[in-house]
Amino acid sequence: MTLPIADTQFVEATWIMVVKSLVIFGVIFGILPLMTVLERKLIGRFQHRYGPNRVGPFGLMQPLADVGKLLSKEAFRPANAIPTLFILGPLLPVLSGVLALAILPWGDVQDGVGLYGIDVPIGILYFFAVGSIAFYGLLLGGWSSGSKYSLLGAMRGAAQLISYEVSMGLALLGVIMMGGSLSLVDIVHAQGELWFIFPQFVGFLIFMLAGFAETNRTPFDMPEADAELVQGFMTEYGGMRFGSFLLVEYMEILVVSGVAAAMFLGGWMGPGPSFLDPIWMLAKMLGLVLVFIWVRATLPRLRYDQLMSLGWKILLPVATLNVLVTAVLVVTT
Amino acid sequence: MSGEFPYLKDDSVVEVQRGPEPGGVGGAYRAFGETLRGLKTTMARLIEGPMTIEYPEEKTPVYPRFRGRHKLHKFEDTGLEKCVGCSLCAAACPADCIRVVAAENIPGERVSAGERFAAIYEINLSRCIFCGYCEIACPFDAITMGHDYEMADYDRTNLIFTKEMLLAEPIERTPLRAEGE
Repeated sequence: MTLPIADTQFVEATWIMVVKSLVIFGVIFGILPLMTVLERKLIGRFQHRYGPNRVGPFGLMQPLADVGKLLSKEAFRPANAIPTLFILGPLLPVLSGVLALAILPWGDVQDGVGLYGIDVPIGILYFFAVGSIAFYGLLLGGWSSGSKYSLLGAMRGAAQLISYEVSMGLALLGVIMMGGSLSLVDIVHAQGELWFIFPQFVGFLIFMLAGFAETNRTPFDMPEADAELVQGFMTEYGGMRFGSFLLVEYMEILVVSGVAAAMFLGGWMGPGPSFLDPIWMLAKMLGLVLVFIWVRATLPRLRYDQLMSLGWKILLPVATLNVLVTAVLVVTT
Repeated sequence: MSGEFPYLKDDSVVEVQRGPEPGGVGGAYRAFGETLRGLKTTMARLIEGPMTIEYPEEKTPVYPRFRGRHKLHKFEDTGLEKCVGCSLCAAACPADCIRVVAAENIPGERVSAGERFAAIYEINLSRCIFCGYCEIACPFDAITMGHDYEMADYDRTNLIFTKEMLLAEPIERTPLRAEGE
């Protein structure tokens, strides 16, 4: 019996892996600033406005101006903050986001080179393990700021993330059962005939909902809650430390979109020659990013008890039921 | 209705329409439906496109009776100034921003059509409240309110407009609203 994990015998040369990491890193960090402009421009259009269109052609230079502004700010630290932890706060989420990028599958093995960072044997579990590190950054950042509002924001964030992590995992369990593997590459291969979004539509919805909560996006941007908690755990941060929290938010959106695209939307599958595979993957990811932006432009923030009851009373039972039904169907057919 | 409120003779009481109780599975289902409706609404706004008027490049047209910066007028045929220096505009001005010093017309070098003319005619636009009383007070329609509203300046003294500046054809910076627009 083969284990439901990726092929552990597949080895690549070190230099290939280094080049792959650099390419993935470069592409993603090239997309991230453009995503901020895309989001601001789209939100503007959703509100009958243009959004940023002054800096550079079509406002594309806007993130450069923003980053320049943030970098020129003083890296301020409150007097009663805990220095090391305060600096570690924004770093951990960046680390977690970059690590999670490694498992996104951009394509199949072509000419002995896998078009992915690394096909981790435990695949999607790695995504959860690494993704959870981001919470430490959030919690530590909020707690070490030495401010009650930051601490409140961090506590809210932690409670929310824990509630939604469970449903997220259960939502993916159905896909893992149908794909018969934990590896993202194997799961994409299993979607050759039918994308898992069709048999696992409920799972997809739950995963996306939990994804909104995981990335602290509206309607679940409770930890930030600009209006109520003055940016929550980020209150005491300024300059590029604040900027890296924002950067992480967009990176997490990309990662969640990437995982959703690989698990539900057939990953790199698409018409055309095989060198188009990464393009298809990227297109599916960007499509999901647009959904994130669309939802942000539509929904107001939930109340905290609504958020909790949605997570525990609705998403969790529905996800469990989904897993049960899938398990029965997978076993019987 | 009347059974419930026996003291009411007519049906003037309107029963408030209340939505279903929130929460529960039904509430979640309805919230999901309403979310989809909201997504449809925002997408419709996206398709409508922006309604922004990008101001410095693009200007909102003003109405014909818009009261902008003043203009002084000349007779088109003779080229003489309409203003005869009567100071009625200065008297009517609630902000006291008009200063008129009149002088006698010398035959041969006529400036205005009347006996006298305005030797000095100044409007301090930093005080003007654009009420248009000067326009109403003027017996010769010599002063009218124009359509120009872009008068910001770095120096207050630049906002005291002299007679020459008011007589000069203003740079038409403001589009006029078409009939029925």
